[in-house]
Amino acid sequence: MEQLKRLEALTAAIPSDQVEDVREDIVGELFKKSRELCSDAVTVTNRELLYRSERLDRIFTSKLWGFPIMLAMLGVIFYLTIAGANVPSSMLASFFGWVEGYLTLAFQAIHAPDWLHGVLILGLFRGTAWVVSVMLPPMAIFFPAFALLENYGYLPRVAFNLDRLFKKTGAHGKQSLTMAMGFGCNAAAIMSTRIIESPRERMLAILTNNFVPCNGRWPTLILLASLFMAAGFSGGAQTFVTASVVMGMVLIGVVVTLTVSWGLSKTALKGVPSHYTLELPPYRKPKILNTILRSTLDKTIYVLRRAIIVAAPAGVLTWILANIYVGDSSILIHFVSFLDPFARALGLDGFILMAFIIGLPANEIVLPILLMGYLATGSLTEVEDMFALKQIFLDQGWTWLTALNMMLFSLLHYPCGTTLVNIWKETKSAKWTFLSFAIPTAIAIGVTFLVAQAARALGWV
Amino acid sequence: MDETKHRQHLHQAAIGERFLIEQVDIRGEHKRRLLDLGFVPGSVIEVLKASPLGDPTSYRVAGTVIALRKEESQLIWGKVISS
Amino acid sequence: MRTYTVALAGNPNTGKSTLFNALTGLKQHTGNWSGKTVSLASGHYEYKDARFQFIDLPGTYSLFSNSADEEVARDYIIFEKPDVTLLVLDATALERSLNLALQVLEMTDRVIVCLNLMDEAKKKGIQVNARKLADQLGVPVIPISARNNEGLDVLSEQLLLMSTGQTPTKPYRMKYNEQLEAQISGLESQLRDIVGDEYPARWLAIRFLDGDRKLIATLKERLKAADKGGISLGTAKALGSSNSGHSF
Repeated sequence: MEQLKRLEALTAAIPSDQVEDVREDIVGELFKKSRELCSDAVTVTNRELLYRSERLDRIFTSKLWGFPIMLAMLGVIFYLTIAGANVPSSMLASFFGWVEGYLTLAFQAIHAPDWLHGVLILGLFRGTAWVVSVMLPPMAIFFPAFALLENYGYLPRVAFNLDRLFKKTGAHGKQSLTMAMGFGCNAAAIMSTRIIESPRERMLAILTNNFVPCNGRWPTLILLASLFMAAGFSGGAQTFVTASVVMGMVLIGVVVTLTVSWGLSKTALKGVPSHYTLELPPYRKPKILNTILRSTLDKTIYVLRRAIIVAAPAGVLTWILANIYVGDSSILIHFVSFLDPFARALGLDGFILMAFIIGLPANEIVLPILLMGYLATGSLTEVEDMFALKQIFLDQGWTWLTALNMMLFSLLHYPCGTTLVNIWKETKSAKWTFLSFAIPTAIAIGVTFLVAQAARALGWV
Repeated sequence: MDETKHRQHLHQAAIGERFLIEQVDIRGEHKRRLLDLGFVPGSVIEVLKASPLGDPTSYRVAGTVIALRKEESQLIWGKVISS
Repeated sequence: MRTYTVALAGNPNTGKSTLFNALTGLKQHTGNWSGKTVSLASGHYEYKDARFQFIDLPGTYSLFSNSADEEVARDYIIFEKPDVTLLVLDATALERSLNLALQVLEMTDRVIVCLNLMDEAKKKGIQVNARKLADQLGVPVIPISARNNEGLDVLSEQLLLMSTGQTPTKPYRMKYNEQLEAQISGLESQLRDIVGDEYPARWLAIRFLDGDRKLIATLKERLKAADKGGISLGTAKALGSSNSGHSF
């Protein structure tokens, strides 16, 4: 007790107004000593080598080349992902089709009832298999490419280049980094917003992160872009046009992010930009093989887990809803008819909206559920190729507007279940979690509505 | 404060120039972070490159490269010294 | 087999986590941004007849009370008293890294300095005279490249020697300007009366002058707990560290 009292007395005796100067003195002296130690023990043998990163930065952050290089990097990654994922996806689809054949035989051999085969094979297995064959190849290419870029040290330069835009909207420059994470997975990006210390700016990053399409949405964007927008082209040109359309979507997402950040900074999240420092670490040649292997392995496991946990139940649910009849149509059809008028106003249809709603847990399952719905039996018939797929859409009355608006809705709508959970965990606020759901949804509805009305009014569709 | 006319702040230093810090006119947590990174009276920093959009600017400090916005660099006072 | 606790401290992005993984074989995600790790990761490995329990402290630029990360790192070194504090410095950014090193040397005697990223330094044409640095700092300085698993044997040997008390160190104690030093010595003797050998009095004096309220509050709590005969709650307990004291 005696000790404590003396400690209290000492604490009280220190003048609090000098504290800032004391800190400045302390750190000043520390650096002075540090410089001394360095001049003694450190020698630079080659100034050229020493400043290599700075020389590279003169190109990567130059007035002329900075932005083109950024766009090119993004474009190249998209192109590689799209081009590279094609063959593996078909191979996986064939493989799963083959497995399914054997499973069906097994079911028949044990005289399993039809509905059991339906639920487990046509619903659960097919749904999961579709997700894996469509999701895994793009992820296995995107994530290693991104990890290489990340380890190389390029990302802080992106933040450096874009900072002024973010400052103008009241956001933090590092938001560009959390957005980059969002390309991979929005849920993970929410966790990464911890790199932004200021709570206000962190919230901005969290609320707008979903406008960057995650890997779960890429297949949807890529598929629709290649089927409808790039339809007239073939081969390399088709890949190029598809990649450009997807890039265009991403840029729309970035513009929306900046606009919403700006809007929020003027209203619900008013405040001044916080202090800001950004370190530009030296470029480091990453261990290429190591990075690729580690990244691919991690992602494969992640996708498989998600497929099983989310896609499987969703597949089952969809099959059940589509095959349980109330009156003369299935529950699914009832639901779809209910949604249809509203969906049409948005340039979509009831099935699409239904797919988005059931697809809340994860973006990857929206397309499979949509296809299941369209195929009326609530199961995915074997789709041999792209033409057959496109025919399914056309048979349902799709136009380029439907494709465009589905892409826009996918880009702008509410975050997936995992992301919402993460937002809840990070913000610990029901209000903000709700807003993170409501704001994107409102924008998605607004934008698709306007686009649909405009296209119809102008007679384009 | 008679010397204000001759004082310069970091934002006024041009690309390639070296700048000796004499005073850091920022307060609180923000200042402490800058101090820890090496932006401290007595340090010499080199002005490296501006962002393509004009701001922030990157500086070499304590052997590392840190970018600051003009709102901060305008509050770091000192003088340009010959390289 | 004796277990020794080793705290890993250093700036963010100095490859501290890479070293941690290389030694303990545990997986920890490493990225090129700072501020990613907030919780303390721990792992262990065995070398000769000793078992080293590593605690990966958050990467920080200083050990004041600027942020939760700094408080956690600082509190661990001072209050949990690890057997060895392993400082990981970036050989390509020594001027900034040494700032932290000088602060740690004020807090504990049992320090080993690792110069990590030596491979990167070589690529940049930077040569560091580890011997000179060791002479100046008064503690072992070991060049390593965690990424390439270089220098880790020497490091392990040093860890063992220091843990078993076979390496006497004479750590450099930072000296400030006259005015500060005068204020420090005044406070120092009074603090030594209060805490004795339990905590470094000179370092405490500097923290007082710096107005470090958080540290003072934590110190008071510790004294209160010690008063009541209780054991201080700390991660050390959970990890079973050997709580050897040191003299200042």
